Parts: sequence; C-alpha cells; structure tokens
Amino acid sequence: MATAPEEFRSIRIDKEQCAGRMACMRVCPTEAIRVRDRRAFLLPDKCIDCGECVRVCPNHAIVPQTSSFRDFSRFKYTIALPSPVFYSQFGRGVLPASILKALKKVGFDDSYDVACASESVSIAIQEFLDSNDSPRPLISPFCPTIVRLVQIRYPNLLDHLIPIESPMEIAAREAKHVKMRELGLKEHEIGVIYLTPCPAKTIAIRYPPRKKHSFLDGAIAISEIYPTVVQALSQIGGLNGNSSIRGLGLGWPMVGGQVSSLKAEECLAIAGLADVIRILEDIENGKLKDIQYIECNSCPTACVGGSLTVENPYIARGRVLRMIEQFGSKPCQDLEKIRRLYRRKFFSLPGKIPAHPVQPLDQDVSMAIQKLQGKHDLYEKLPKIDCGACGSPTCLTFAEDVVKGSAALEDCVFLAMRKFASMSSSLLETVESHSRKVPYQTDFEKS
Amino acid sequence: MGKPFSHSFIVEGRNFVQAGTASTKIKTMLKELGIDGGVVRRVAIATYEAEMNIVMYANSGTVVLEVTPEVVRLNVNDRGPGISDIDLAMQEGYSTATPEMREMGFGAGMGLPNIKKNADDLRIKSTVGEGTNLEITFRIN
Repeated sequence: MATAPEEFRSIRIDKEQCAGRMACMRVCPTEAIRVRDRRAFLLPDKCIDCGECVRVCPNHAIVPQTSSFRDFSRFKYTIALPSPVFYSQFGRGVLPASILKALKKVGFDDSYDVACASESVSIAIQEFLDSNDSPRPLISPFCPTIVRLVQIRYPNLLDHLIPIESPMEIAAREAKHVKMRELGLKEHEIGVIYLTPCPAKTIAIRYPPRKKHSFLDGAIAISEIYPTVVQALSQIGGLNGNSSIRGLGLGWPMVGGQVSSLKAEECLAIAGLADVIRILEDIENGKLKDIQYIECNSCPTACVGGSLTVENPYIARGRVLRMIEQFGSKPCQDLEKIRRLYRRKFFSLPGKIPAHPVQPLDQDVSMAIQKLQGKHDLYEKLPKIDCGACGSPTCLTFAEDVVKGSAALEDCVFLAMRKFASMSSSLLETVESHSRKVPYQTDFEKS
Repeated sequence: MGKPFSHSFIVEGRNFVQAGTASTKIKTMLKELGIDGGVVRRVAIATYEAEMNIVMYANSGTVVLEVTPEVVRLNVNDRGPGISDIDLAMQEGYSTATPEMREMGFGAGMGLPNIKKNADDLRIKSTVGEGTNLEITFRIN
C-alpha cells in the first residue's frame, strides 16, 4: 500500500507569500489551518486536499503540488491524459478530438482520452452492484478528497468505498501498454501525465490508497496548461466536424455523471462537502441501507468546478451537457467485452484502504477525557462568535488548541480584554484606596 | 480515577430539521477521545434512534453523554406520552408511528430493538403521560 507520509498533502503554504489574512483558515471545511504570528500553517493530519484554500487566498500563497511540463523530461515518450473536464474548458464547438490534437502540438508525444474509460468503469460499477453483497450503500472512491475524508473522519465506512479502479488509472494503463507494444519502449520510459482539475488527484497519483504505484507519473494543473493549448487550438484552425470521443463517460465530470447509466432509483449523486458529510453521517447512523450506490463529489459542481479549472463551472457543465447530447448516445465500449473484462478482475482493486483517524486529544483515555472536559468548559467561557482573531477558525477549535497546548488563553482578544479590564480596575482600586489613606490637605488645614 | 466526561444535549420534539445533531456531536466527541471505531458506530446508531424517538413522539428531551475509561453511557430523558407496554415496544416491527411518520421512512418498529441490539445494557423506565427514561451503556474494549 502506498501510504502518504502524513506531512505530504496536495497543497503547500508559501511562507514568503502568506500575509496571514486568514481567508484559507475560515474556508477550510476540516479546520486544518491555523494562523500564528501572521502566518498560516497547515495541520496535515486534518487536511483532506479539497483545494478550497487555493481558491480564496488573496496572496496566492497556497501552492498546489502539481507538476510542470519540464518535470517530465526524464521520459522518452510522454502521453497527456486530460481529465474529461478539460473538454469543457474551451469555446463552443471545440471538439474533444481537436483538443487531443492540440495537446500533441504543445509538446506531448501523444494524448489519450479518459471519457471512454469512464464509460467502462460505469459498466463495472453496475456489474459489482449486481454481483456483490458488501455493505450498502457503496460510496464512489473517485474523488480523492472523499476517500481522504472517509479515512480520517469515517474510518468505519472504508468498507463502503467500492473497490473499483478509477477511469484515469484504466486509461493510463491502456495508454502505456499500447505504446509499449507499438514503440518497443519499457514502462518506465513512458510518462503518462494527467491534466487535473484539482490538486487532490496528485495525492491519488503519488499515493494511491489501494495499491503500490499509480499508472500515472504526475499531474499538471488544467489552469497551467490552458494558455498554451488555447494558442495551439487557434493554429490548428477549423473545427473538426465529428468526434471519435463519445459515450456517457463524457458526463463524468458533472454531478450525476457517474450514476447516469446506473439504475436511478437506487443511486444518489451528492456534491459539496457539507452535503457529503451529512450523507456520511447518515450512513454511519445506520441509515440509507436501501440505497445501492452514492456518487460523492467534494466540489459543489463536481469536477467541472475543481479549483484548478479555468472556465465558470456552470458554463463548463452546459458544454458537457451539449457534448452528451451530440455524442453521448453512441457508446464507445462493447458492453459484453467490458463484462468479460470485469469477470477477469480487470477493474478490481484488491488492496484495503488504510484508516487515518484524527488524532485523539490524548493517547491515554483518562487524559483524553480530562482534556475533552477542559475543552468544553473553556468553550463555555468564550464569546462563541468564531471571529478567528486568535488564529483558530472557531471558538471550539481554539478551546481544543488551548488544551492541546498549541494556543494560549490570551490569544483570545475577548479573554485578553476581560483580563486587561480586571487588571486595570484593580489597579484603579489600589490607586484609589491608597490615595484615600493619604488625604490631600490644603495649606490652610496644615496651618 | 478522574471524573467522567459529561455533556448534555437538548433535543426538541417534532423538530425534524435539528434531528440528528446530538448524535453527530456525540460521535465527534467519542472520536476525539480515541474510542474504538466499532464502539463509536454502535453508539451512533443507538443515539440516533433514541434522538429520533424524542423528535417523533415527545415534546422535548435531553441526552446526557457520560464517558469513563471503561464505559460510554447515555441517559435519555423525555417529556412525552410514555410507553404503556415496554415489552411490546421492544418487539421488532411494533410501532405507534402515525402514517405521516411512516411516509417519511420512520416508524418501522425498529427503534428500541435497534438500541438494545447495539448496546451492552439498556434500561427503560416510563410513565404514561409523563415521559420515558433510557439508560444505555456501552463497554469500551
């Protein structure tokens, strides 16, 4: 199992750029960012790689850990694997086939479509649902942020993540094997590079949770490669009239894309972390057992709204819908062939996903009990307005930071003010009582 | 031996919007204490059922969580109609839920049996017309 070292996450905070303006801290859904001495820092064990902080930082100090084109010069042959999101980032009428062509113009030796692999994965999911009686509902594992969320907050639900390989892995494996045969190259001589809509995919590539190595060799942000591809597209000129890229897999990057080919009444499509968390809570409470499969997306508009995309997510979604209307009805895969591959375990991932539960307040239960009581007792004394001025995102997390020893009571401006007020009033009292003991005498009284 | 951790939650009757918040918070607390995942899940299911019983049948209630290094204990008190025949209420499938509640997917008559199934000990005291008290215990380890 490729276990990510806990300190490696899909984003890094650039200390030089950070001005401590707290936008990231306030938006982080798992309270994984603190600000101390006007610098933000990450608590990697709480981070789920969602990329929300990347969107909001006014100083661009949050750096996604994606790669650049030059990082792949060690390969003899490079293949670009654009996320199907990429097809939705360009103007009307620009077809997937032209985009794949443009990628070869910007320096990749070849490019390879992922949407077709998405279609086969949809078929594999249906086969799994029909033939397997593992605990329901099953949860989609294709958004790395969701996998991470389950690992740290809902380890009880790890068995619910469907053990099926992701479309990007299926496509990468296929692309590599085709080229190895065609060009007589060795696997390590071919670099397959994902064009990613979000930083989270870098984690899935560097540390795939169920296996040792990914078939991918890295990821470049869509936002980074976009300008050069736009240029290449203008040089290619003329829009290609038909597309070899087709099928329902084109719909995977939008909400409901994964379940569109499954039996609708038994499936749900959820988007946005708040709603995903609500659903995971329900499953943990023993509900939703009559649901077969839940597609979970961290981003509210699913992958078309990833933090490393360029286009407005709603426009992008509109384009995806149009593509499906044009090319979606013709499947790109032979159903029987995919079913045979499924039976030969072509899609299965046998490894177990490790749990990374959030660290308890203390390793010793008695101590943890004391600290939890301390946290809630302190919380009762706090203003409960979550102003964040202390550098912790909420009053409750501040109380936790204090009992853990990583924040001081005086960091709360309200507690500090109260302390200052009581200090100054006792100072005033002292001064007053002292001055009463030595009454002022007029010269007249003295005489 | 130190003092147990204790925290109480108010549950409003007939407030379906707030329903489930106590169980969610209790789960978070148990995870912060590093309690075993299997125990957390059993507590979660039982708390949720108990909370839903208050929401569906009672006017108001409280859930008091108590944790020692040995046990997790929930004390659930409500002011509501009470249960006239506890043995009957403990039978799977028995329910006094209204058609509306059933419409919403509740009232399968699994509430109390499900609590009993997930707990290590369940004590029920109830007075018709006054309310019900559940003491639910889970052993840690």
